[in-house]
Amino acid sequence: MSATVEAAVVPTFGVGVKFRFDEVRGAWIVLAPERLFLPDEQAVEILKLVDGHRSLGAIVDDLAVRYQAPHELIATDVTAMLRDLADKGVIRL
Amino acid sequence: MNGSSVRVPEPPLGLLLELTHRCPLQCPYCSNPLELQKSGAELDTDNWLRVLDESAALGVLQVHFSGGEPTARKDLAAMVKRAAQHKMYSNLITSAVLLDQRRVAELAEAGIDHIQISFQDVEPENADRIGGYAGGHVRKLAAARLVQQAGLPLTLNFVVHRQNAERVPQMIAMGLELGAGRIEVAHVQYYGWGLVNRSALLPSREQLDAVTAEVESARLRLKGRMLIDYVVPDYYALRPKACMGGWARRFINISPAGKALPCHAAETLPGLAFPSVREQSLGTIWRDAPAFQRFRGTDWMPEPCQSCDKREIDWGGCRCQAFALTGNISATDPACALSPDHAVMAEAVKQSRGASLGFVYRQ
Repeated sequence: MSATVEAAVVPTFGVGVKFRFDEVRGAWIVLAPERLFLPDEQAVEILKLVDGHRSLGAIVDDLAVRYQAPHELIATDVTAMLRDLADKGVIRL
Repeated sequence: MNGSSVRVPEPPLGLLLELTHRCPLQCPYCSNPLELQKSGAELDTDNWLRVLDESAALGVLQVHFSGGEPTARKDLAAMVKRAAQHKMYSNLITSAVLLDQRRVAELAEAGIDHIQISFQDVEPENADRIGGYAGGHVRKLAAARLVQQAGLPLTLNFVVHRQNAERVPQMIAMGLELGAGRIEVAHVQYYGWGLVNRSALLPSREQLDAVTAEVESARLRLKGRMLIDYVVPDYYALRPKACMGGWARRFINISPAGKALPCHAAETLPGLAFPSVREQSLGTIWRDAPAFQRFRGTDWMPEPCQSCDKREIDWGGCRCQAFALTGNISATDPACALSPDHAVMAEAVKQSRGASLGFVYRQ
């Protein structure tokens, strides 16, 4: 993986990873082989946009508009979070 | 939780179903009890399916189908299908020697999420000797390729010890070659059969350090490509591990005969009555069973645990190990350097030096 992540990259969930809402806990969860994550609110909003079609740039655009936040700031946050999840095998970049 | 015991526990995260104790292999560190249950005592399909229904309602997120060898059960796919219907993440923990193309296809169709295959070594001859099953290694390799071809997420599990620790680099390479997204390099845990065979299995300090260094460098090298989970042996540790993430905090284990247990070895503990899923619902057991409440939280802890600032990190370590090594089910796990019994760990290491490499097998 390169140090920077191109805006054109389409993030996908890793092999065997599932992201779903759990009714019992009332929370979104990430399920993977021998792994389980309870992403925070910000991460949930990002992961909901990981659909195998949207590029990283498109995800950032969407969130920047929705939160009326500076594009660059959102890009930095989203990239950092997805890279962290990529290291854990949750996301493929 | 503020250090007090949990009266209304959080929902469990994981359910481990030991569908059977039957297994073609007989690894000398097998996690099954010393006294195995006969197939006639196993829960039938309907009971297992009901357990799955109840666990989904209780909030279980991941189901591990294990054994013995879970594929020895002909109804495995039906159970996997039920777990999938409840959107529970299903994991098959298998020796894979009974997995053929038809079986892999059946499991994929049923919606299995992940398959974990155990390997005893990378050298076929030594692997078959350790597992006590001639020709097993070659079958495992073939099965791993079938899993990969089916597009299913694959983990390779390597249990490491004195008699294979030098080959961890080749184990990691095998993971890459077979397209595993994840491997486990897990040192033997010394309970049950592992304890019986401890002196033939315990690695030396030098072996442990070499394995640790290899795993750490491979993790960096393979970041984003293959995950490596690493489990160390307690015998060189300064702090105990949080066994099962704490007693009855995250997991429920069901024995082949339907006993609900906070961990797979819990039946080795004297004086605890474990409820059967034949008689009580999983929800009732999780919330109210005295055996589940016995070591839940921190109220039960003796010193030095009670006043330790790590008590909600390691939860006092492992009850089964504490009992096996001290005779007291409430003792601090001797793996902890603060335990008054900690010297038994070093003594075991000393005794294992130069000990016979022969194994006591379960059959």
